Amino acid sequence: MDMPPPDQFILSRKAEIVARLQSVLPKNTVIHAESEVRAYECDALSAYRCPPLCAVLPASTEEVAAALRVCHEMGVPVVPRGSGTSLAGGALPTADCVILGVARLNNVVETNYGDRYIRVQSGRTNLSVTGAVEAEDFFYAPDPSSQLACAIAGNIAMNSGGAHCLKYGVTTNNLLGVKIVLMDGTITDIGGTHLDAAGLDLLGLICGSEGQLGVVTEATLRILRKPEGARPVLMAFNDNEVAGACVADIIKAGVLPVAIEFMDRLCIETSENYAQAGYPDCEALLIVEVEGSPSEIDEQLAVILSIARKHSPVELREAKSAEEAARIWLGRKSAFGAIGQISDYMCLDGTIPVSSLPMVLRRIGELSKEYGLRVGNVFHAGDGNMHPLICYDANKPGDLELCEEMGAEILKLCVDVGGCLTGEHGVGIEKRDLMVHQFSPQDLEIQMAVKDVFDPSWLLNPAKVFPLNVSQSRRHAAE
Amino acid sequence: MNPQTELELVDAITGTKGPLRIIGGGTRDIGNPVVGETLCTSSLSGIALYEPGALTIVAKAGTSMNEIEAALDVENQRLAFEPMDHRTLLGTNGTPTIGGVVATNASGSRRIAVGACRDHLLGVRFVDGTGTTIKNGGRVMKNVTGYDLVKLLAGSYGTLGVLSEVSLKVLPKPETSATLKIHGLTDTQSVYALSMALGSPFEVTGAARSDDTLIRIEGFATSVAYRLAQLKLLLAGFGDMTVVTDPSASQAIWTDITNVATFATRAGDIWRISVKPSDAPTIITAMPAGTKTMMDWGGGLIWAQTPAGTDPRIALSAKGHATLIRADAKTRAALPAFQPENPILTALSQGIRTRFDPRGILNPGLMG
Repeated sequence: MDMPPPDQFILSRKAEIVARLQSVLPKNTVIHAESEVRAYECDALSAYRCPPLCAVLPASTEEVAAALRVCHEMGVPVVPRGSGTSLAGGALPTADCVILGVARLNNVVETNYGDRYIRVQSGRTNLSVTGAVEAEDFFYAPDPSSQLACAIAGNIAMNSGGAHCLKYGVTTNNLLGVKIVLMDGTITDIGGTHLDAAGLDLLGLICGSEGQLGVVTEATLRILRKPEGARPVLMAFNDNEVAGACVADIIKAGVLPVAIEFMDRLCIETSENYAQAGYPDCEALLIVEVEGSPSEIDEQLAVILSIARKHSPVELREAKSAEEAARIWLGRKSAFGAIGQISDYMCLDGTIPVSSLPMVLRRIGELSKEYGLRVGNVFHAGDGNMHPLICYDANKPGDLELCEEMGAEILKLCVDVGGCLTGEHGVGIEKRDLMVHQFSPQDLEIQMAVKDVFDPSWLLNPAKVFPLNVSQSRRHAAE
Repeated sequence: MNPQTELELVDAITGTKGPLRIIGGGTRDIGNPVVGETLCTSSLSGIALYEPGALTIVAKAGTSMNEIEAALDVENQRLAFEPMDHRTLLGTNGTPTIGGVVATNASGSRRIAVGACRDHLLGVRFVDGTGTTIKNGGRVMKNVTGYDLVKLLAGSYGTLGVLSEVSLKVLPKPETSATLKIHGLTDTQSVYALSMALGSPFEVTGAARSDDTLIRIEGFATSVAYRLAQLKLLLAGFGDMTVVTDPSASQAIWTDITNVATFATRAGDIWRISVKPSDAPTIITAMPAGTKTMMDWGGGLIWAQTPAGTDPRIALSAKGHATLIRADAKTRAALPAFQPENPILTALSQGIRTRFDPRGILNPGLMG
């Protein structure tokens, strides 16, 4: 994965840039010592690292605006950063950039239960948004698996999803408004506490724009009342395709579970060894969770289990207690960590039409043999959001490249069956060069034209999302 | 102009010199009046793909809503955002199209629970003002690949591009539905009751006030019965209640709310006002004299019937926004249909329009 060579002129002016930033920001806001900026050299796509020129950690919207104004005037690229949990390299710096971290913007601004929203600063972590409202039995629905650490700013940048978005939607469906700072330091609100846009849906455009259009400093989020209860059921099958067919039948039956999770044999065995959840010995495992009162849960699970029985399951296991429910989820929640224990891995998140699930799983198996790399599959089956985990050895020369090559094959396959490159992680640098497989030059041109409107000098996170050769003329024109 | 294919649509846009007035079925004459040659998309018709097991439908933009709904009905599915049929309120004839639904982000009462059309829109194909065909999004439910122009196109009223194909998420129809009516509440009491219902765990899918305060529950029969009972307990202090348990009678109530049927035959202008629910009662009080209102979305949507030519936006004072939906020619010429936004957002929107439609030929001026 290439990054553009750093601008030597910017590098040569580091002292001047730092001094200008220090002159408009409070003490301890600008981090520039070589040993300290190293903390910002990568995000969760840790195979790629590059210390930034410096980092700023503003504590207010006005400070964000002040920092951006300086960078805008001096022509310095800015890479916004939430908590640095991006799996796609969304917060990966270049040597000539200023990292703008929003971690100090972590307050709750307003909570309104009657109108069902919370306004938070964007550096607040996903889970602590729910934490702020759960005493009143409310929650914030999008639940990316990094929710303990990831920031709302990053959730908005990548339009993050999670296991429960089959019912509740992803970030964009739960976002009512933002306060955003444009690259030239302009501050504006988009949306608010009402539901619809007054004109063009700029809020919908901002969500998922990977920090390329502006820096979100505050977000108004929809909060929901917690359901009375939730209960998972575990279903084991001896065939991936049968499990896939079972998913389609459940969806067609008119029950809408909050989550349908899928694990294949490698993930089942690995997480079983790691977490001892007591999973059965099988090829494919589904975890289906429904919500409601105890009797409503019983009724929905009865429908789901009767469908599952028609698909000759190896085992059906209904949670009879909170402890059993936790054990059903334990293996699924440990899956990434478990694979990480046995190998380095790359996690993809291409999405496919649910009907293509069996074919795509079969093809991934074939690719795994061809490339000689093991692949575990664990994913949100209800919405076709796959998560192939390709295992490789970071210490073996060429293995990462081989893994990336195989990953590209899988993602192209996702696009070819009618899906997309990324369902919830974002493009970042990881899928940047594959964009031409999903989009025509015209499709990409109009997206870049949108960036021209918000950031004419292409200073905000410029080396992401679009293939470098496609965005090159714009990035160079800006220099 | 009445292109039969996407290629003919490209030719029509590329070949035109003057402005175009873009319509689907022509049932939603909303926005500032547009002068231009009519470009009608209704011949771009047909369902391209429907996968009930994947909860997705892909259709050409001119496909009639009747055809979409009939196809979904066979599989006991629906467009869950409950698209508004504007014919009732606007007195228009013609056949509503799925492209028109998307272009106007037409969403009904269930929007409060499941989101608007834009939340169910998975992908679009459109031809921009330069005659370039563009696709964005796709047909899968989770997709963060590139910028989300899908949301941008929803509710852009044909000013950024002419839709040629749309893909949407569909959902199963519930087994049954019922409506709880609370009689005789003030607007303030009504919003309070609706907020309690929406803030309960009982999955309310409609929360409106016409004469009565109305709360809808949908799902399996036993579940609907249980949740109705719980809501009656929760809201017992508010006043007399009745329950409509016949599913078709219940649905008829919500079709009327969604389509604003009560204002259809009354004279005056019709405004659609989007606000924070708890602000609604105060805003209603500040409306021009002679205004009649109803609320949907728990108070978050006010429908106001105002004396002709009056502007209710004076009542808003920066809280939310109002759109003029129906008025005579004189009022439409005098008042901007869409509420002007702050100068920063106006400049951004204008910048986007210039990129998508540099010649300014697609429904020019419709949104301001």
